[in-house]
Amino acid sequence: MAIERSRGDRVYQWCNNALLAVAIAVVLYPLIYVLSASFSSTRAVLGGRVWLWPVEPSLLGYQTIFDYALIWRGYANTVFYTFFGTIINVVLTIMAAYPLSRRDLVGRNFFMFLITFTMIFSGGLIPTYLLVRELGMINTRWVMMIPNAIAAWNVIITRTYYQTTISDELLEAAQLDGCSDARFIWQIVVPLSGAITAVNTLFYAVGHWNAFFNAFIYLNDDRLFPLQIVLREILIANDIDLELTGDVIDDEARQGLRELLKFSLIVVASVPVLMMYPFVQKYFVRGVMIGSIKG
Amino acid sequence: MLARIRGNWQLYLILSVPIAFFIIFHYLPMYGAQIAFREFIAIKGIWGSPWVGVDQFVKFFRSYQFARVVGNTAGIAVYTLVAGFPIPIILALLINNSEAPRFKKTAQMVTYAPHFISTVVMVGLLLQFLSPRYGAVNALIKAFGLEPVHFMGEAGMFWSVYVWSGIWQEAGWGTIIFLAALASIDPTLHEAAIVDGASKLQRTWRIDVPGILPTAVVLLILRMGQLMNVGFEKALLMQNPLNLQASEIIQTFVYKIGIESNLPAYSYSSAIGLFNSVINFALIITVNEIAKRVSNTSLW
Repeated sequence: MAIERSRGDRVYQWCNNALLAVAIAVVLYPLIYVLSASFSSTRAVLGGRVWLWPVEPSLLGYQTIFDYALIWRGYANTVFYTFFGTIINVVLTIMAAYPLSRRDLVGRNFFMFLITFTMIFSGGLIPTYLLVRELGMINTRWVMMIPNAIAAWNVIITRTYYQTTISDELLEAAQLDGCSDARFIWQIVVPLSGAITAVNTLFYAVGHWNAFFNAFIYLNDDRLFPLQIVLREILIANDIDLELTGDVIDDEARQGLRELLKFSLIVVASVPVLMMYPFVQKYFVRGVMIGSIKG
Repeated sequence: MLARIRGNWQLYLILSVPIAFFIIFHYLPMYGAQIAFREFIAIKGIWGSPWVGVDQFVKFFRSYQFARVVGNTAGIAVYTLVAGFPIPIILALLINNSEAPRFKKTAQMVTYAPHFISTVVMVGLLLQFLSPRYGAVNALIKAFGLEPVHFMGEAGMFWSVYVWSGIWQEAGWGTIIFLAALASIDPTLHEAAIVDGASKLQRTWRIDVPGILPTAVVLLILRMGQLMNVGFEKALLMQNPLNLQASEIIQTFVYKIGIESNLPAYSYSSAIGLFNSVINFALIITVNEIAKRVSNTSLW
């Protein structure tokens, strides 16, 4: 289109981009601030002298975290829950979604309803809590992986994906060759639907990494605590044990270290997710898109 | 039909595992919710405790907590919807209208990012930024010579802090669906409008906005169905004794009297939880019916 752009359009474009720049700045500034503060000195943080870039650069915050055993144990637990929890999630989601994608499955509408209904109605917090207690899961690692083993939403998007990508001809050909359903899933369906498996893996993994509430109500053994519980103690309850970490003496230095530690901890806790995110952004977007198609 | 069922026995076997999960972890609690209609006595267990009908519900409706927790839940929900709904649409239009491809990409990348921050970290960020002593926001306020504001300690500020931090975190992510709707608008409409001499502003208003309206309607319905499902973790984490008057919502209240308390009131708290579930359910069903009649779009 080689049409000369009017002056009005140029002004409009300028305003549009200016507004967009403001939006970017509003979102980005707090993130940059946290990063810069985490690399500054305690005095600069306490004195409010950090505005954009690190002031009196130091790694003290990160050193403190490095010596803080509770944080590392939480980190290790979270990695454990995320790894095994996600495997359970993804496998069970496939086990629900594939059979339900088959048009020849008698009763599939009923099973689908059974699953979808859980998205709009729930028994509530207390009955679920009593059930988990009854099952003897309190204070076990299972409680971080089993009560949330499948999300109905992921079953729905996965089923929609299978229905649109796995053709009936493919199934017939495999059946003619004597391929069983279990083998068909493992050797044909899963390899052909890498995109949806990636979407599920990422959604579930981020969910586990950020999960807080189940640990909060079901765990009270601190050897099992995930990172988010440790974060809550430090960031929100302000419960920081500096005796264990180094030789800080006077009160002001101690207070400064508390504040500095919080910034560094926010970075350490969020970096794994935020680092991988630019590379996998398209999968998340795709997940949202598939989810918006009515199944 | 029997032959078809028998022929698919492997599929049923595979499906039985996830179905068992849903029955155990979703349907058993629904069945267990009947303790809301009993008076739980520890030694008799859930199934042996005596029935009391709707006494627990009546007790809640009559309690002085009722107006406060239901009011807070509804207030935060409506505030979130009114303030939070239009912003992703505006942001999506801004991104879509930008003619600088790299800038556009950057805007998407940056604004999506906060979605991945955990609730605990989000509340931690709020506490750091809004702290009256060391927080950056109050540093700015003090720089203008004004008195520092104790955002987290004032009940009157709670709703706004809750809602606007939610918008900061989710507005970018919320644009995804509108950007897709904008991308699916027939480009010949724009070409024809350009030939007719329409300005960019006119095209946005007359082509883009009507183009995404159906998507917006469906999303609005969805959101109204979820209205009373206020993000409960965040409210719980943001709570402190100073702001409790404005921050106690139905679910945090259920948690406190049913789990946190030394003498947990299982029946009473289950009744309150069930009350909330039923309202959510009624809302989504009603809203879906309305949508079906009005716009021919519905969730099912």
